Amino acid sequence: MSIRASIGAAVAAAFLAGTPVSAQSKLNVVTSTEDLASIAREVGGDKVAVVALAKGYQDPHFVDAKPSFILTMNRADLYIAVGRELEIGWLPPLVNSSRNAKIQPGARGYLDASLTVHILEIPTGQITRAMGDVHPLGNPHYWLEPGNGRLIAQAVRNKLSEISPADNALFARRYDDFDRRLAAAEKRWDAAMAPYKGTKLVTYHRSWPNFMDRFGLQVIGYVEPKPGIPPSPSHTLDLIEEMKRGGIKLIVVEPYFSLKTPQAIANQIPGGKVLVLAPSVGGVKEVADYIQLFEYNVKLLAGALKQVTGK
Amino acid sequence: MQARRFSTGMCAVLIFAAALFGPVTTVSAQTADVQALRQEIEQLRKEFEAVRQQYGQRLSALEARLGGAAAPAAAAPATREAGQPATAEVPPGALAAGGPTGSLPIYATASAASKIFNPDIGMIGNFISATGESRGGSESIAPIPFATLQESEASFQAIVDPYARADFFLAIGEEGIEVEEGYVSFPTLPGGLFVKAGKFRANIGRLNAFHNHTLPWIDRPLVMYNLLGGSPLDPDTGIKDAGVSVSRLIPAGKVFLEATGEVFRGDSGTVFKSSRRSDVSTIGRLRAYADFTEEANIEIGGSYARGHNDLGSGFFTQLYGTDVALRWRPLSRAIYRSMAARTELFWSRREEIAAPQSAFGGYASLDYQVQRRWFVGGRYDWTERATNAAIRDRGSSAVLTFWPSEFTQLRSQYRRTRYGDDGRMANELLFQALFTIGAHGAHPF
Repeated sequence: MSIRASIGAAVAAAFLAGTPVSAQSKLNVVTSTEDLASIAREVGGDKVAVVALAKGYQDPHFVDAKPSFILTMNRADLYIAVGRELEIGWLPPLVNSSRNAKIQPGARGYLDASLTVHILEIPTGQITRAMGDVHPLGNPHYWLEPGNGRLIAQAVRNKLSEISPADNALFARRYDDFDRRLAAAEKRWDAAMAPYKGTKLVTYHRSWPNFMDRFGLQVIGYVEPKPGIPPSPSHTLDLIEEMKRGGIKLIVVEPYFSLKTPQAIANQIPGGKVLVLAPSVGGVKEVADYIQLFEYNVKLLAGALKQVTGK
Repeated sequence: MQARRFSTGMCAVLIFAAALFGPVTTVSAQTADVQALRQEIEQLRKEFEAVRQQYGQRLSALEARLGGAAAPAAAAPATREAGQPATAEVPPGALAAGGPTGSLPIYATASAASKIFNPDIGMIGNFISATGESRGGSESIAPIPFATLQESEASFQAIVDPYARADFFLAIGEEGIEVEEGYVSFPTLPGGLFVKAGKFRANIGRLNAFHNHTLPWIDRPLVMYNLLGGSPLDPDTGIKDAGVSVSRLIPAGKVFLEATGEVFRGDSGTVFKSSRRSDVSTIGRLRAYADFTEEANIEIGGSYARGHNDLGSGFFTQLYGTDVALRWRPLSRAIYRSMAARTELFWSRREEIAAPQSAFGGYASLDYQVQRRWFVGGRYDWTERATNAAIRDRGSSAVLTFWPSEFTQLRSQYRRTRYGDDGRMANELLFQALFTIGAHGAHPF
């Protein structure tokens, strides 16, 4: 009797409350980053309620898998992930404990945004962790290229239409509108960056290959000796030498890294400059959406390049 | 008899759950203009065709580049995700019948290597070294020799099918292999339930469910040895047993509230002993979590466990536990700074032949990240012994941790323990090297 009573007590605790109700007219969309959230808002309009888990000023590789995220994901109709193992340290346990069948990998409500975009730095041949924390599936910072933003938006449009077919005309219209605005802005950005094609620079982490490729800039080195490995004195000295030799003056840093080493490097180089760019929407206050992300970065980068190149 | 009734009940629950797995057909109301819909489908189809062609070309280019070289093992699970599966068009008319549109993936391609479905495999080595002495006495709790590869953990993890995933953790010690955990879990059950079955670390308190390599110290707190049934020879102490765990979220606004109920066989270290099939042990836990700000949060838990002890079926041991954790991590500097304060308290009531023993114990700890790779911490232990509450062991530790990378960790811990039985004092300096190869595991929270 007492056994059954105690089993009952233990198990009853798990069933005490009623089923959570998610009766809402809007689709609940949860995304890993604010960039994906912004694109989902562009396409979904007022038919979607979008929440991003990682903030734009946070290193997306290292996000705490907080239980409050489980609550958010529990109510999601669609989860949009960056993919390419960017979130490998935190997303799998969250999805697994979300108690939400809709957003399990392979389910209709799980979208890996990286599957239809242009990915750079996919390693070929043997890779080992002697290379640092390499991403075996290619560079996951692909959203930093407007063309990829367009491809993400297409994937989001298709996914939203699949989940909510009644609104597909709206999603298509909103996508077309986003596409038009993005294309117009791209012309401006290309024009602003055109004078600096071929300019060499240094970045902290490998966050910018898509961005720099797009605007014809050449990244010749990184403040990190290897991805995910903090700066070392010998690597820093080598980098200073290389920058001096090549006449390279600009170091681009993500807002979540310490400015100490980049600043120390810049101080060793005549005319050296450290520039903090926003790798994501929300990375700085001014950047509230995907188009503003480039607006901000292009403006700052063009200004800094003008200063260091004198063009 | 009780056992049979219990297992019949379990079967009923499982059958009920299985019934709920059944296919669900959704019939969406097709009110939209048919003509517009047709155009939309046509457009989607064209786009998809274009994407497919583009990917086909890119894929063949990639295959050509790779040549005949075998893909590295690490990239094997990757291919599944990165590669676009082959697709087939859904026949026209499916939409009207409530079926899918566009293309569906084909999974059974001739080229699919069976390797693709291998689980994620990881191996964590745990090398420990100790120096120091235990004055005036013999053994300490969990004695560590000068050097030992105390326990290496092999992990095998994969999704089983659309309904389940499986996790295996094998603890490989110097003397043999033990299944530390091995369970199947069902994350897609209806009703917001999460069910786990197999052998696993019980959800009692906060630390009990943690694996050794994810702890902020080299050893486990004394209370886990004294009250949670650790054998002094088992470094991986705590309640772990074979059984079933059911948990669900309880709606509570912005507060994360989770209730867990677990039923085990009833054998776990020195705390629970099952001498009959019906001598099961049960555990219940309620866990609440809330964000103060985006940088700081609190987690509070209450646990209860009940099982039979080594004196026989008529003797119960009950455990009551409470735990609190405060965490702080500034998001924009998340990789450089963090702080975690934890405390756990346990009360044990163990029925004995003469009179029940009521023992109490706990620990409190603080960990602070001073730099990207450096952490300092401290822990205070205070605990009575389950079988003789008059004996109180106390300990304090200071810990320094260095992370060369995400995959290695070097740690040293100074541990001072005062044993209650003979006033012995042990002063020890412990060193640990943790190293991970294979799958990139999730960071513990």
